[in-house]
Amino acid sequence: MENKKFKLVDIIFETEGCDVGVVLDRVLKRTPDDIIMDMIDSGLRGRGGAGFPTGLKWKFTRSESAYDKYIICNADEGEPGTFKDREILEKVPMKVFTGMAIAGYAIDAKEGFIYIRGEYRFLQKKLQSQIDEFNQMLENKGLDFKIALRWGSGAYICGEESALFESMEGKRGEPRNKPPYPTVAGFRNKPTVINNVETLVYATMINKYGADKFKELGTRDSRGSKVFSVSGDTPKAGIYELEMGLQVSEFVKEFGDGDTKAVQIGGAGGTCVPRKKFEDMIIGYEGVPTGGSMMIFNSSRSMYNVLHDYLEFFAEESCGQCTPCRVGCQQLLKGIEAVKRGERPPSYLDDLKSLAASMKIASKCGLGQSVANPFSTIIDNFREEVIY
Amino acid sequence: MGKFEVNLKINNIPVTVEEGTTILDAAKKLNFRIPTLCHHSDLCVAGNCRVCVVEQKGAKALPAACATPVSEGMDISTNSAQVRTARRHVIELLLSEHRSECTSCYKNGKCELQDLANEYRVNETTFMKLVENKGYTIDDFSPSIIKDDSKCIRCQRCVRTCTEMQSVSALAVVNKGEHQKIATFMNKPMHSVVCTNCGQCVTHCPTGALIEKNYIDQVWDVINNPELHVVVQTAPAVRIGLGESLDLSPGNRVTGKMVSALRRLGFDSVLDTDFTADLTILEEGTELLTRLKKALVDKDTETALPMTTSCSPGWVKFIEHKYPELLPNVSTCKSPQQMFGALAKTFYAQKKGLKAEKVVSISIMPCTAKKYEANRPEMRDSGFQDVDYVLTTRELAMMIRQAGIEFASLPNEKYDSIMGDSSGAAVIFGATGGVMEAALRTAYEIVTGREVPFENLDILPVRGLEGVKEAKVLIENVKPEWGFLEGAELSCAIAHGLANAKILMDKVKSGEMSYHFIEIMACPGGCLGGGGQPIPVNNEIREARMKAIYEEDSSLKIRKSHENPEVIALYEQFLGEPLGHKSHELLHTHYTGRKKY
Amino acid sequence: MTDVKELIQAKVKCIGAKREALMPILQAIVEEKNYLNEEDMIQVAEALDLSTADVYGTATFYTFLDTVPRGKYVIRVCKTISCHMAGKDEIVDTLKDLLKVDLGETTPDKNFTLMQANCMGWCHKGPVMLVNDDIYTELTKDKVIKIIHDYMGS
Repeated sequence: MENKKFKLVDIIFETEGCDVGVVLDRVLKRTPDDIIMDMIDSGLRGRGGAGFPTGLKWKFTRSESAYDKYIICNADEGEPGTFKDREILEKVPMKVFTGMAIAGYAIDAKEGFIYIRGEYRFLQKKLQSQIDEFNQMLENKGLDFKIALRWGSGAYICGEESALFESMEGKRGEPRNKPPYPTVAGFRNKPTVINNVETLVYATMINKYGADKFKELGTRDSRGSKVFSVSGDTPKAGIYELEMGLQVSEFVKEFGDGDTKAVQIGGAGGTCVPRKKFEDMIIGYEGVPTGGSMMIFNSSRSMYNVLHDYLEFFAEESCGQCTPCRVGCQQLLKGIEAVKRGERPPSYLDDLKSLAASMKIASKCGLGQSVANPFSTIIDNFREEVIY
Repeated sequence: MGKFEVNLKINNIPVTVEEGTTILDAAKKLNFRIPTLCHHSDLCVAGNCRVCVVEQKGAKALPAACATPVSEGMDISTNSAQVRTARRHVIELLLSEHRSECTSCYKNGKCELQDLANEYRVNETTFMKLVENKGYTIDDFSPSIIKDDSKCIRCQRCVRTCTEMQSVSALAVVNKGEHQKIATFMNKPMHSVVCTNCGQCVTHCPTGALIEKNYIDQVWDVINNPELHVVVQTAPAVRIGLGESLDLSPGNRVTGKMVSALRRLGFDSVLDTDFTADLTILEEGTELLTRLKKALVDKDTETALPMTTSCSPGWVKFIEHKYPELLPNVSTCKSPQQMFGALAKTFYAQKKGLKAEKVVSISIMPCTAKKYEANRPEMRDSGFQDVDYVLTTRELAMMIRQAGIEFASLPNEKYDSIMGDSSGAAVIFGATGGVMEAALRTAYEIVTGREVPFENLDILPVRGLEGVKEAKVLIENVKPEWGFLEGAELSCAIAHGLANAKILMDKVKSGEMSYHFIEIMACPGGCLGGGGQPIPVNNEIREARMKAIYEEDSSLKIRKSHENPEVIALYEQFLGEPLGHKSHELLHTHYTGRKKY
Repeated sequence: MTDVKELIQAKVKCIGAKREALMPILQAIVEEKNYLNEEDMIQVAEALDLSTADVYGTATFYTFLDTVPRGKYVIRVCKTISCHMAGKDEIVDTLKDLLKVDLGETTPDKNFTLMQANCMGWCHKGPVMLVNDDIYTELTKDKVIKIIHDYMGS
């Protein structure tokens, strides 16, 4: 496994600025197929966490023959420890819109929507006027594409793409059965490209600089750079754009407070990496994938409390429709409480691990499937802290 | 163009199925049953209980067999170790959210969750019991339905039933995560919302979360009281459904055994709702002809057409809520159950020399809405509550079991008299289109003096499970007094299931379609698929019951309502004529507009 | 106060009298009145031809679409891990003292409702809270007291 050294990257928030009009002009001179080929060639994978190759997503949607197709920007950032999408939307919104317009041009969609979480409502006025300005620019350029805003109202699960469609259609944000996938039947059951905020910015930047500059960064499986949200026990909490493929130990050396005992990579549904594994783990698809949430814990923290917080979060934020997730989350939470109180023997943790394993394979969507990640990695590495 | 074929392997056995087939159905083809809970063939796919998960070679997660279409080259295992563990976990999780007091549960022995728990030998104590901390409610305010949240497993079959089949949407999924549950608007009790009491949620609930309110003990009490004369009436659809609750296969006609059983239970007189079904045809048929005359000859703009039937209390409550402006279109005839009740405490009591207050009238119905109907304040024209207790087909089966009666070995017996005679026209009230067919058999003959022009009186266009049916009957060579109908084409429509009723009534309301007469039954298939009928139900079972109903019709000598000798006698001795003064007093009613939302 | 009918009409005008308008309508009502009452939900159901149970079921899925009365200012303190680690408990206690209410309660003058909520996307600046749509970060006891006093004054 190749591993990269710590290096700050200057693409997303580039200091030199970016005239998106120029980028768009260049895009419009090329064919949609060429744009998509470039995206595939760049190796860009979705930055929301799931990591599906963006170019393929566009290609599949382009090949659908429906008249109505949609581009959706997923700004329902809700993963604990993630706050990058808000920063991106505050600092470089035009690059996000441009990414949507490029995607729209590539797959022949006329409408784009930004679904943004209700917690970011304070951005509304500014964002709306920027969108209006951007739509005007597209009209001037003769590109038949318009962007509109849609708001969430406090439901983590709506970040799951099919739940997001349901929510946009005015329903409870409950994930759908798959297949069909969004590229075939997404919003309004029409072919839909749904990309994370950050992914769309990279789409813009790849069209500005070409795929090669992006490909130079990262590893074979994890091309390019990515924005990380760093929080927890760190003197340097904030947003950082870093090269993919970084070793966890490198990350901790840069951001830890000297007493780091574990890093939770990928948010509440991510993986807990303990100190003894810092050297073995790479941040990327070949190691620990992440949507960018990096939460650092020092030795003063009880990992029982950390796990308890996560499980409480999931028990509340599960949509509740499927059994493994709805009831499983409650059982894991009540279960560790019972072990802590001595009402159940420590061996009960193994029953719960087995349950978590079933949740991972039997849940309907990524939420229920991901609960086993923090559960197993925290129980495996910090069993004593959970019991005593 | 035919559909593409897909080749796959299930448990190492190759199988070829049509594109779009689910793994569940493909497995069925190979005789592998995959367990399900949220799945129901009447409803759209949910894929939320996850008990049907299977292993797919090469896939990270286990797909839900009910929700996943097959794809070429799929390699599925329906019974691997991983699958069994996941299923056991799912069942154990459901049980942890479920108040499993199985021995005292109304659904004991008939619960799908219990069956699965048994099949998978699950350990109920593996996980912690969550149900006590949920602050559940048991809503038993409705006279028809009890909703017990502590037994609910959130499969949402009731919600889909209420929405898709019935377009009522009284029930919805509310809250999320650990607090998610099934509720009405603002958690109001069922009797105070738009619920029509149709009971389709009850017949689709896999557990004891939705059950009929049962009146078995009250009925035993009146039977055991020597002071009281207890008469029982049986609705048309009960005789073709009851067997299913007593270990017989669907489609068995058990009329004679049912009469025997009721006598053995101790009812003083075993009578037939079919008698008043025939009576309904005379009253309603006359009402239709009168309305037609008023509208066509007298040019009375007040007369509402089309006229719709009123026998289905679920339909009546539905139209009261959803189309209050169309209430003048509903026939003023009470339902056969209520006509029977009104006569039991008047005509019957007089004939038998009984005091009306000593007569208790019980009905056996395929219906939960009938319980509500019997309790309506309008239904007391005899001076008493016309029908005292309404039991479903299922409750009757339970009483037969309690009494230790070996149902299958019973002799066939005949109904008592008076009010026990029936015609084939009355029997088919139990199937969608039946009231229409019965009405046409009589009305056509009244107007023309000839039998309705269909072979063997079988009016096939109005039969079957199609959601909305239409029929036109040309009326020619009429009797002189019906001259105004000469050459008219009577235009009829039939809908069953309230979602279909809504489709039809929206067209009527908008003026897109115009008819003279409309039959609507709240339940899919009509009363044979009623909310009080044996569980389970699906289209295959509905078809079997329907076949039995038409067989029963064909087997009877009298097949037209106006030829029922007891009905003829009733008019001669008591009522005078259809729509006469006495009829109006006892057999007709009015309706109340209710809130729409 | 804007009439709920007008709010509904405004959204229906730009989105259409279809289900897709449901969330924007409910959000607009909550923005105006801080919660959805029974009559409002009935009006929405009527306007979009949905059942009331369906409207209620949808609203209750979303944390911000409250169906029980809330105060003029709804305070939501983030309770998720980073804010927890950064000391949200002290912030909640301060607010409880200040407003004399428990979590989930509304002050008798109906000005403030105190609640907790899940991650708000400010994990690097915890503890944080939302007051209606406005975010307050890196809270301390003193900062919270000042913020609330400012609201009380306004």
